[in-house]
Amino acid sequence: MTEMIGTVQGAIQGWFGPEYGPYAWMFAKSLAGIVAVLVPLLLTVLYYQLVERWVIGWIQVRKGPNRVGWKGVLQPIADAIKLLMKERIVPAGASKGLFTLAPIISVAPALAVWAVVPFAPGWVVANVDAGLLVVLAMTSMGVYGIIIAGWASNSKYAFLGAMRSAAQVVAYEIAMGFALVGVLMAGQSLNLTQIVVRQDGNWGFLEWFWLPLFPFFLVYLIAGLAETNRAPFDVAEGESELVAGFHVEYSGMTFAVFFLAEYANMILVSSLASLLFLGGWLSPLNFAFLRDVPVLGLLAAPGIHWLAAKIAFFMFMFLWVRASFPRYRYDQIMRLGWKVFIPVTLVWIVVTGVMMLEPLASTPPFSIWFGK
Amino acid sequence: MTAMWDRAREIVSSLMLSELLKGLGLTGRFLFARKITVFFPEEKTPQSARFRGLHALRRYPNGEERCIACKLCEAVCPALAITIESEERRDGTRRTTRYDIDLTKCIFCGFCEESCPVDSIVETRVLEYHGEARGDLYYTKPVLLAIGDRYEAQIAADRAEDARFR
Repeated sequence: MTEMIGTVQGAIQGWFGPEYGPYAWMFAKSLAGIVAVLVPLLLTVLYYQLVERWVIGWIQVRKGPNRVGWKGVLQPIADAIKLLMKERIVPAGASKGLFTLAPIISVAPALAVWAVVPFAPGWVVANVDAGLLVVLAMTSMGVYGIIIAGWASNSKYAFLGAMRSAAQVVAYEIAMGFALVGVLMAGQSLNLTQIVVRQDGNWGFLEWFWLPLFPFFLVYLIAGLAETNRAPFDVAEGESELVAGFHVEYSGMTFAVFFLAEYANMILVSSLASLLFLGGWLSPLNFAFLRDVPVLGLLAAPGIHWLAAKIAFFMFMFLWVRASFPRYRYDQIMRLGWKVFIPVTLVWIVVTGVMMLEPLASTPPFSIWFGK
Repeated sequence: MTAMWDRAREIVSSLMLSELLKGLGLTGRFLFARKITVFFPEEKTPQSARFRGLHALRRYPNGEERCIACKLCEAVCPALAITIESEERRDGTRRTTRYDIDLTKCIFCGFCEESCPVDSIVETRVLEYHGEARGDLYYTKPVLLAIGDRYEAQIAADRAEDARFR
């Protein structure tokens, strides 16, 4: 593998000469990384949508889509072709430029964040020192796509949806930011790889940050639902009162791009929750006494399969929650964001700080997480 | 004091998301429940003998049409979907010259069937029919008689089954 990469590197640098060679290699390497991340991501989005319809169907005692291909496995392909063939309609009163720009603004950050998400030690497109900040900055950008879409559509429903979404995302971004402050305190780093490495140790899943930072874990998950405008926080879409909210006027591929952004964001929140609170690629059975046992030792080994399993778990939770709970009333959303989550996270930041102080940090229960 | 305790318990249980977890547990159980979907063209749900579907005009076993043009069905029809014209036939009996049902108006209440003194107008079990052009669902007397001829066996069986409740 390394040999092959070396050969490719040599070929590219040879082709572009000593002056441009290193830059060409850097460019080619990033491009390969982007393809390696985005292609699986887009395939996951495609099939996540099918799995969502299955799971919600099963919970509602239905069977879900099962007509296209074997048990319906070609359904997302059929949907994608349908959306591609449909006409792209721009309403007469719409602001044409912004109307076209909105889906792009909404999908670009949703895909760009993946640059800093590590999948295994060293498996990251851009190993940025302030990775967590990049994540926060990029996810905040997503709301602009929604606001611009709502405004440019020149439709009251779209506009109302966009306003609701803006207020909601602002409220929950603060709580989410505080939750991540707790993670960076415990992880002592903004680099996502470092944060995962800090959760490594001799106690398996007990070492992970979900235990000392449990309130942050819950707040992050619920704020993640709100940030991605998913049920039960989907007032921005609210099909019963706002038709489809901010994307009423979008059709065909422009709608599909919004759809893509929403699902990419859901997968992103799932991966971040796994990385920040559930130890990313670390094994839950990574106990010191288990590592030297012949066969069981393999279970203690870290690997991308553990990360995939954790991401899949959170992605399933998204669907389960959507199938279980009715939509929040708007004032309840605001109350939860401002009057519950922000105080809870602020208090737990102080508690985390106390746990990290010296006399406590090296006593047994706390030394697992903070004694390193 | 007890009020304070209740309030405290409420706060703790809401912080522990206990009600939400209960809800998730319920939907989680249904995730594995037996699915009740019926795949329509291949599978069909059972029908009652009293099913009210497409209309039909029946005949007596000797081939004589049952309808005596009493116009009770036309009078009782709440949707005004039935139009009847009648005159005296050569043998002195009163018969319809026109018996139309506009199925786009019909609400399938079954009143025509109830009101008919000779069991002539009936509603069959047929529910899968359609029209492709305007007027296709305007059924005339020959059409209704043809439907009756076609499904007579089923209609007679359903009537016989329901007879003891009448």
